[in-house]
Amino acid sequence: MSIITITENWEGKFKKTSFESLSYGRHIANQMNSKLIAITIGGNNLESLIQYGADKIINITNFNFENNNNTDIAKVFSKIIEEENGSTIIISNTNIGKKISPLIAQNINAGLITNAVAYPEKNNLLKVKCKAFSSKSFVVYESDYNKNIISIIPNSIGEINQITGKGEILNQESEIKSNQDYQILKRSKQNDKISLSDANIVVSAGRGLKGPENWPMIEELAELLGAATACSKPVSDMGWRPHSEHVGQTGIAVNPDLYIAIGISGAIQHLAGVNASKNIVVINTDAEAPFFKAANYGIIGDAFTVIPKLIEAIKQHKN
Amino acid sequence: MNILVCISSVPDTTSKINLINDNKEFDRNGITFIINPYDEFCLTKAIFIKESTNAKVTVVNVGGSNNDAILRKALAIGADNAVRINKEALNGNLVASCIANYCQEENFDLIFCGRESIDFNGGKVPGFLAQKLNIPFVNSCVGMDIHDNTIEVKEEVDNGQIISKVKYPAVIAGQKGLVEEKDLKIPSMRGIMTARTKPLEVIESSVECNNNIKVINYEKPSERTECKIVDSEKVNDLVELLSTEAKVI
Ligand SMILES: Cc1cc2nc3c(=O)[nH]c(=O)nc-3n(C[C@H](O)[C@H](O)[C@H](O)COP(=O)(O)OP(=O)(O)OC[C@H]3O[C@@H](n4cnc5c(N)ncnc54)[C@H](O)[C@@H]3O)c2cc1C
Ligand SMILES: Nc1ncnc2c1ncn2[C@@H]1O[C@H](COP(=O)(O)O)[C@@H](O)[C@H]1O
Repeated sequence: MSIITITENWEGKFKKTSFESLSYGRHIANQMNSKLIAITIGGNNLESLIQYGADKIINITNFNFENNNNTDIAKVFSKIIEEENGSTIIISNTNIGKKISPLIAQNINAGLITNAVAYPEKNNLLKVKCKAFSSKSFVVYESDYNKNIISIIPNSIGEINQITGKGEILNQESEIKSNQDYQILKRSKQNDKISLSDANIVVSAGRGLKGPENWPMIEELAELLGAATACSKPVSDMGWRPHSEHVGQTGIAVNPDLYIAIGISGAIQHLAGVNASKNIVVINTDAEAPFFKAANYGIIGDAFTVIPKLIEAIKQHKN
Repeated sequence: MNILVCISSVPDTTSKINLINDNKEFDRNGITFIINPYDEFCLTKAIFIKESTNAKVTVVNVGGSNNDAILRKALAIGADNAVRINKEALNGNLVASCIANYCQEENFDLIFCGRESIDFNGGKVPGFLAQKLNIPFVNSCVGMDIHDNTIEVKEEVDNGQIISKVKYPAVIAGQKGLVEEKDLKIPSMRGIMTARTKPLEVIESSVECNNNIKVINYEKPSERTECKIVDSEKVNDLVELLSTEAKVI
């Protein structure tokens, strides 16, 4: 029996979410007094995984996250998990995580617990608190499978610690044959901006901004803070912003350390996707906007005057 | 083309979730159950395909008779027939097994699911189903075109999109983008009338699940402390609070 963390990388570089899921795996491995194995495909700088607790690293060199399809990636990981006799498998609930975890669960006949927001209970490692109803509630699940995959929501575990450890690194090739029924033709990278699931800070704007031409100040603020940008549903429905920025109950759910909502009223469907954020700042002309009830900090004012001032104030603060 | 759209029944998006029975259940009283919003995009896409290629569209739900209302709605929107597999949807694995068994009898070319249900946000059924049927699984699908024996699909990934060529049958887990919000089909008067004559078949399934992931209890998220309002003339104060109090910048 071993604890295994699936670590995701993009073009070889490990994501922050992978370090988080490694720390989660380390926590469980410590409780069970067992080893933590990190597995990946196409990874570079594998040493970085040791700093987050991996005792052993298996990197598959003839597959990668960019060019292989979900089914193949899932097969490659399933095979290693079975070879290493994995009993608890940790993965991050990113887009890729969501694609491959149900496939792996079926391949290895494991239970799948998605949306974990906390470590399992101390005396019952199969009892885990998860998000449900798009953050309107939490739910505690208990699994009776003897093998389980726990998929954790990015940025929900808090502080992750680097440690000085020792780890063995193995580079291997997988014998899995790639399935030709599913071929990736093209990859379009939206831009080099920070992705929503990786972001500590999200700057989001709504219909109060009046039109797409007013987004440069939102982007400037985001860039200054190292934040990702997001928007309300009507804004993406009207095509002012891409679908991929739509947050809320029917869009992406986020839980950054700081969510700044500009010109968004705070409808229940919007809040459902963002109220897990640790701090919320609301900027709105209407003192009665429901969002203020869900916020930690608020400014009642016009975005067109407040945002430029905020940008200046942050620049000063940085100096 | 033979198309299946899997439909789950979820609390309306405006629902507040209230906990009862020592937080072991949520209160279903007063909650309206609707077609999972992601499934609506899939249903509309299926009907578009039907309109252009003369396909057949079946909708399926695993659940009790309470769910007949959403299946009737799907018929009114334009599905040709509806099937309810009469079984309590205890967990994603059971649901996927029931649907997989049904698929084995029917030979669907395309199986649509929503990316996730907005109740438990599990995102499990589509992937489980694809793997049980041993066919490709496309997730977070935001666009699709049909060619001879392949489909070209656009999938959302964390930092962009990928376009792939997939042989069907395949499971497509869809979301907004598969069709546009403004194009979503809603029941027309005529649709509602003809839905009454369309078949809603109830079938039994002998599928059992040996293992389960049980809900032990629910927890309410903690309330936020009162919002601190900062004067719009003193934006510096906000920066100060974010830096020294919240420690986020
Ligand atoms: C089935 C369903 C699912 C939904 N899912 C989602 C979802 O996932 N995500 C989502 O966001 N919505 C969702 N909605 C829509 C939701 O109900 C709201 O309609 C939407 O969130 C409103 O967007 P908004 O706040 O940008 O616009 P509005 O409600 O129009 O609010 C604009 C706000 O901007 C303020 N404002 C105006 N001018 C200024 C200014 N100059 N400076 C500062 N503030 C200003 C106004 O006071 C107002 O509060 C869903 C709705 C339905 C029916
Ligand atoms: N009980 C069910 N009956 C039919 N389809 C379902 C059911 N539950 C889930 N699905 C399908 O699977 C998708 C994802 O659901 P879930 O795995 O529950 O998040 C939904 O959008 C539906 O398409």
